[in-house]
Amino acid sequence: MYVAVKGGERAIDAAHAWLAEERRGDPSVPELTVAQIREQMTLAVNRVMAEGSLHDPDLAALAIKQARGDLIEAVFLIRAYRTTLPRFGSSQPVDTARMAVDRRVSATFKDLPGGQVLGPTFDYTHRLLDFALAAEGAVPPAAPTAPAADEAVPHVAGLLDRDGLIEAEAPDDTPAPDLTRSPLELPASRALRLQALARGDEGFLLSLAYSTQRGYGRTHAFVGELRIGMVEVQAELPELGFAVPIGEIELTECESVNQFKGSRTEPPQFTRGYGLVMGQGERKALSMSLVDRALRWRELGEDFTGAPAQDEEFVLSHCDNIQATGFLEHIKLPHYVDFQAELELVRRLRAETMQEAAE
Amino acid sequence: MNIPLPPDDARRRDWMAILAKAPPARLAALMPDLPAHDLLRPPQIGTVMVQGRTGGTGAPFNLGEMTVTRASVRLGTGEVGHAMVQGRDKGHAARAAITDALMQGDAAARIEAEILDPLRREAEARRRTRAAKAAATRVEFFTLVRGEDQ
Repeated sequence: MYVAVKGGERAIDAAHAWLAEERRGDPSVPELTVAQIREQMTLAVNRVMAEGSLHDPDLAALAIKQARGDLIEAVFLIRAYRTTLPRFGSSQPVDTARMAVDRRVSATFKDLPGGQVLGPTFDYTHRLLDFALAAEGAVPPAAPTAPAADEAVPHVAGLLDRDGLIEAEAPDDTPAPDLTRSPLELPASRALRLQALARGDEGFLLSLAYSTQRGYGRTHAFVGELRIGMVEVQAELPELGFAVPIGEIELTECESVNQFKGSRTEPPQFTRGYGLVMGQGERKALSMSLVDRALRWRELGEDFTGAPAQDEEFVLSHCDNIQATGFLEHIKLPHYVDFQAELELVRRLRAETMQEAAE
Repeated sequence: MNIPLPPDDARRRDWMAILAKAPPARLAALMPDLPAHDLLRPPQIGTVMVQGRTGGTGAPFNLGEMTVTRASVRLGTGEVGHAMVQGRDKGHAARAAITDALMQGDAAARIEAEILDPLRREAEARRRTRAAKAAATRVEFFTLVRGEDQ
């Protein structure tokens, strides 16, 4: 129960002033610029854009600065800002097969058209702290280059699909439902689930995906393909009547290839899980593809084993960190009246119990 | 995935793509003086919902929004230009719309050479640089000869 209470205004003003001072830290240390955060804390910026569900690196960098590096607080700021903007429409679905890939690896095929391209990855680093980075001003040597083949980089799933070894993802133009325009209804379509997962908390999805690997809704996933790169975004301008490119954004796409025994109507074939995330976020894209696959048990005729990752209501209702943090953190706000009522009740029950004991 | 268009529309789509992807500061540097124009729709910041496809090829789903700025202009000579460009730079949207209008008039060849060609060359150079760095990280597999084979 909420009851309006007045007071605390002076305390709140002082708290905010102190917050601003603490945010700045030691004034003898140079202040961070938004451009520095955007360019050098890129993966934090990407995470804030993905979970904030708004692609704008400058805004995400500003939010990180304002939130003192608290990424969930920064996501909150982005979500709040987004609501102030008019939406002009929807893009055409992006064509990830035409991505200009910075990175593209497959764990299922060694040799494949387009090759295995590692890109700027943390993989194969030794995870030893590099104290050379503590010394400022060093410019790293330019990355090596090699002649680019300019060849097509087709999706790995397409190679399996050609032989009918994997379930087909047939072209389909069913309009996508939108979580931000109408409340979540269950059971949710796969399109709605993917939207919820794409903006969901990376940590939550990581844990759920890990749980499926450990046996809670096992799907035995291989990384069919993971790709990161720039994709063109096209949208129709009403004045023109046709779609034109309006920009390009970095995306991370992951397609998992999973075991499937076949059914009465389908011969044995592999099934698919899909992850697509704004920016460079391969842990999230990988997690998303595993969770997407686990949630598909019903349409693939699998058993519901009661695993959390299979439970659509559980996953979709709890994957949004802004909803979660909003409800969680509200309990630290004044609940004086609720608590007063509980206190009264406990005192009365205690008095009754003690009286009974005395009699 | 470019839908086939009549040649004039395809050409327009091509220059709008270059303008939308141009770094705003670079476009501003290439257009120090703007021709006389009316703002039919002053630059307005908003969002576009970006869609993906399930499995890359299946049904569309909503991935998340991106910020965009749109504008429409009419030149003193009558041509109408439109733009919708990524980000929140109002000058970027206005210059892109003005260039779109200029490309429909007598100045098209000059605009092509002075604005679009440099932007196209620079975008291609950026793309090539990244592709060359990616190519250097492409794995060349080789098979180790095992002891029992010798």
